[in-house]
Amino acid sequence: MTSTPSHPGGVSVRVRGLRKAFAGQEVLAGLDFDVQPGEIFVIMGPSGSGKTVLLKHLIGLEEPDAGEILIAGKPVRSPEVMSQYRMAMVFQSGALLNSLTVGENVGLYLAEHRLKSPEEIARIVTEKLEVVGLKGTEERMPSDLSGGMKKRVAIARALVIEPQLILYDEPTSELDPLSSVVIAEEIVNLKQRIQVTSLVVSHDRDLAFGVADRIAVINKGRILTIGTPDEVRRNPDPLVEQFLHASFKRL
Amino acid sequence: MFQNVGEMVILFWSTLLALPATWRQRQKVSDQFFEIGNASLLMVCILSFFIGGVIALQTGPLLVERGLGSYVGGVVGFSICKELAPVMMSILIAGRIGSAMAAEIGSMRVYQEIDALRTMNISPIHYLVLPRLVAIALALPLLVTFAILVGWLGGALVCVANDHIAISFAAFFSALRDTVNVQDVANGVFKSFAFALIIATVSCHQGLITRGGPRGIGRSVTKAVVNSIVLIVFSDYLLTRILLK
Repeated sequence: MTSTPSHPGGVSVRVRGLRKAFAGQEVLAGLDFDVQPGEIFVIMGPSGSGKTVLLKHLIGLEEPDAGEILIAGKPVRSPEVMSQYRMAMVFQSGALLNSLTVGENVGLYLAEHRLKSPEEIARIVTEKLEVVGLKGTEERMPSDLSGGMKKRVAIARALVIEPQLILYDEPTSELDPLSSVVIAEEIVNLKQRIQVTSLVVSHDRDLAFGVADRIAVINKGRILTIGTPDEVRRNPDPLVEQFLHASFKRL
Repeated sequence: MFQNVGEMVILFWSTLLALPATWRQRQKVSDQFFEIGNASLLMVCILSFFIGGVIALQTGPLLVERGLGSYVGGVVGFSICKELAPVMMSILIAGRIGSAMAAEIGSMRVYQEIDALRTMNISPIHYLVLPRLVAIALALPLLVTFAILVGWLGGALVCVANDHIAISFAAFFSALRDTVNVQDVANGVFKSFAFALIIATVSCHQGLITRGGPRGIGRSVTKAVVNSIVLIVFSDYLLTRILLK
């Protein structure tokens, strides 16, 4: 979902009545929410609650059975959104192309769309890798990187697009606490630097409450609550409470 | 099954529509082309040499016994260029290259690399399918041409070396020249071009619809090879009927 830069800052996202079922099993059961431009919106929920499916709908990789997703007021799969707005997704696994080097992965968007000369692409790649603390890894292969490094490369690849909406799928899963903090800082830095709208799917409570402007908790494809971190913390819904306070101590 | 056929037709058509973008993807086309050549040339030589030899060995003594020794070169040359080289080499390439295509694209599908391409507005057809289809469509006819020549050589050597046949090199190729014309060779090469399109379309399609982790990749590879071979044999009959007219 990309094109030439034209709209600085983030875009709004509006989701209305979003439904999706796979093989008769409902995964998204009528979701409604709005995300403001430049906001960090975290979607929390247990595994299998439909978070990743929701993200795939938001970036146009899946088509809903019912409902609509509007990016800056226009349907997500419309030609206007495809041509006017830039959206990027950081996948849970990083989803780097294993046959390409780190540098080629990061510069892939610019190279494939012929947006810059090879020299400029090389400069931008170095710059973006520096932003995520991986300068000098251009020639390495993804298989030589740790899980955390792969995610940071995936973020650098997303940054090259200069997105107005960036979607993160479990950005801190499989990461050590230190790498998680680096990723969290990067999400906040991006918002401050380019006012990008960020949607983060995670079940990492520290990350969610550390970076979010607002949080939505979903379960079985339905939204249980939406609010600021403080509002969500105070929510009396037993399912929300259970999810937010579950710990080994209680077991 | 019909859904798969429909999807393959759509994929093939979409790739044809993407052909004007081939120049932009020339680096990937040349990478794929050399990979196909490197991976297959030696096997093509060995296989076609022995196919030529076996055909000569099977038909030579029978024909010589009946006083038809002057036809051995023609029989070997004709069967190799019109049938054996295009079909056998295409089956070899389906196993060697089609399986690799299905496995590579399938693992990209399973590990979300194709989703990542789509989020960057990079069409998997332009990026993955087009270079493979163009490369194999160029490489297979060349390999088959090479296989025809090596097969003829294999047949000729067996005819010279085998006491029950004992036909000279010159006599073998003279008979071959009398029987086989350029049109026959062109028919064989044309068939291989059609088989190349089948292998690329079937293998890329199987890769793109891969589901379910390593086991799914394995299933896709098997299906890509089996379906390619079945379609090669089926279309061989159709093409032979058409080209005979």
